[in-house]
Amino acid sequence: MTQQEALQEYLLRMADSGMILAQRLSELVGKAPALEEELASSNVALDLIGQARNWYEYAAELIDDGRDADKLVFLRDAHDYRNLLMVEQPNDDYAVTMARQFFFDVWHYFTLKALVNAKDERIANIAAKAVKEATYHLRRSSEWVKRMGDGTEESHRRIQDAFNLLWRFTGELITPDDIDHAMFEAGIGPDPQQLKQDWFGMVREVAAQATLAVGEEDAWMYMGGKTGEHTEHLGHILAVMQFLPRAYPDATTW
Amino acid sequence: MNEHEPSSVDVLIASDRVPANARPELLTEDAIWALLDNVLDPEVPAVSVVELGIVRDLSWDGTHLTVDVTPTYSGCPATELIEELIAEAMRAAGIRDPQINRVLTPAWTTDWITEEGREKLRAFGIAPPQGSASKMSLLGADDVIACPLCGSEHTERLSEFGSTACKALYRCLDCREPFDYFKCI
Repeated sequence: MTQQEALQEYLLRMADSGMILAQRLSELVGKAPALEEELASSNVALDLIGQARNWYEYAAELIDDGRDADKLVFLRDAHDYRNLLMVEQPNDDYAVTMARQFFFDVWHYFTLKALVNAKDERIANIAAKAVKEATYHLRRSSEWVKRMGDGTEESHRRIQDAFNLLWRFTGELITPDDIDHAMFEAGIGPDPQQLKQDWFGMVREVAAQATLAVGEEDAWMYMGGKTGEHTEHLGHILAVMQFLPRAYPDATTW
Repeated sequence: MNEHEPSSVDVLIASDRVPANARPELLTEDAIWALLDNVLDPEVPAVSVVELGIVRDLSWDGTHLTVDVTPTYSGCPATELIEELIAEAMRAAGIRDPQINRVLTPAWTTDWITEEGREKLRAFGIAPPQGSASKMSLLGADDVIACPLCGSEHTERLSEFGSTACKALYRCLDCREPFDYFKCI
C-alpha cells in the first residue's frame, strides 16, 4: 500500500465514523427524551456531518475517480465503509446513546488534538476547526456519564449496563493497525501508544467520578470496522440513509 | 439587450445582473468593507458578517474581488447561504463575478466578534460569549452568564446546545425568561 492509499483510507475512517454517528444521532430527532437533548443531539450530528464533509472532500480529491463527497456517502456499500464499529451500534436507551458518545468523544478529542499538528496542512486545518467542536461534545457527554452514574439507582444501573454492553467495541478505537502506524510515521496521525494512554486516562477519570466500573484492557474486542468488516447494523443504516439518492441518482433538486 | 418586456424570468435573475449605472471601479476597499457590514447573518440577523468576524480578508483591484470567509462551525448550515448573500451584495454594487473563498484556518473563534457585535447581540436578546476562548478549560467550571434581558447573573444552563450550533440555552432565575447564549469557542 502506498502512502497515498494509506492516507485515503485514513481520511475515509475519519469521515465515515463522523457520518455514521451523525446518522445515528439524527434518528433521535422527534423522539429524544427531552427537547434540550434533541437539540443537542442534532447539533452534535450537524458538527459531525460538517467535519465529515471536509474529510470526504479531501479524500475525493486524492481518490480522483470522479466521485465527490456525496457519491462517497451515498453510493458505497457497507464493505466499503471504514467507520468504527462503535458508532454504528443502535441508540437503545439514552444511557447507551450517551456511553457510545462518550467513548467516541474521548477518542475523537485526542485524535483531533494530534491531527492539529499533522505535517499535512489540509488535515491540520480541518482538525483545528473540528477539535473545538469535539471539545464541546466531550464536555457534554462526560457530564451526562457523571450525572447518570452518580445519579439514581436506576440511572446508575443503566449507564453501567451501557458501559458493559459497549466495552467490546472500545478496543478498536485504540488498537492501531498498519494504516494507523503508517500515518503516525508520516507525521500525520496520533502516536498510537499515546492515544491509548490518553483514552484510558480520561475514561477512567470520568468513570471514577461517575462511580462506574470500566472493563478490562485485555477483554475480547470486536474489530474490523476500519477495514470494512461491520456488524449487521451498518447495512440497515445505509438502507435508510442511501435510499433516496439511489432511487433518484441524478436528481439535482430534492 | 433589454428591449423586450421584462418577464418573470428576468425578475428572478435580476439579482445576478450588474446595475447599468454601477461604477464598481470607483469603490475603495473601505467602501467594500462597509457594504459587507450591511450583510446580516441569516440566523442571527442582529449582527453583520463583519461584526461576527467571519469575513477574514478581501482583495480588490478595481475589477476583481476576492472575499475570504470562514465558517463558524464545520457543519453550520448557513455557510452556503452566507456566501451567497455576500456575493449577491457585491453584485448589487456592480462587482462582476465576486470570488468567495472558504477558508478554514485559522479556525474561527468567538474572540473575533467585535465589541459592537457583542452589544447588538445583547440588545437582540442573545448573551454574548463570555471570556476568551483560548482560556476555556475542557472540563472546568462554567463562567457566570448574565441575562441579556434583565442583567441578573442568577442564571442556569438548560442545555449545552441551543437553537443553532453556535448557541447554548440558558434561563434567568430572576426574570424567569429563557435566553440563548452565544457559546465561547
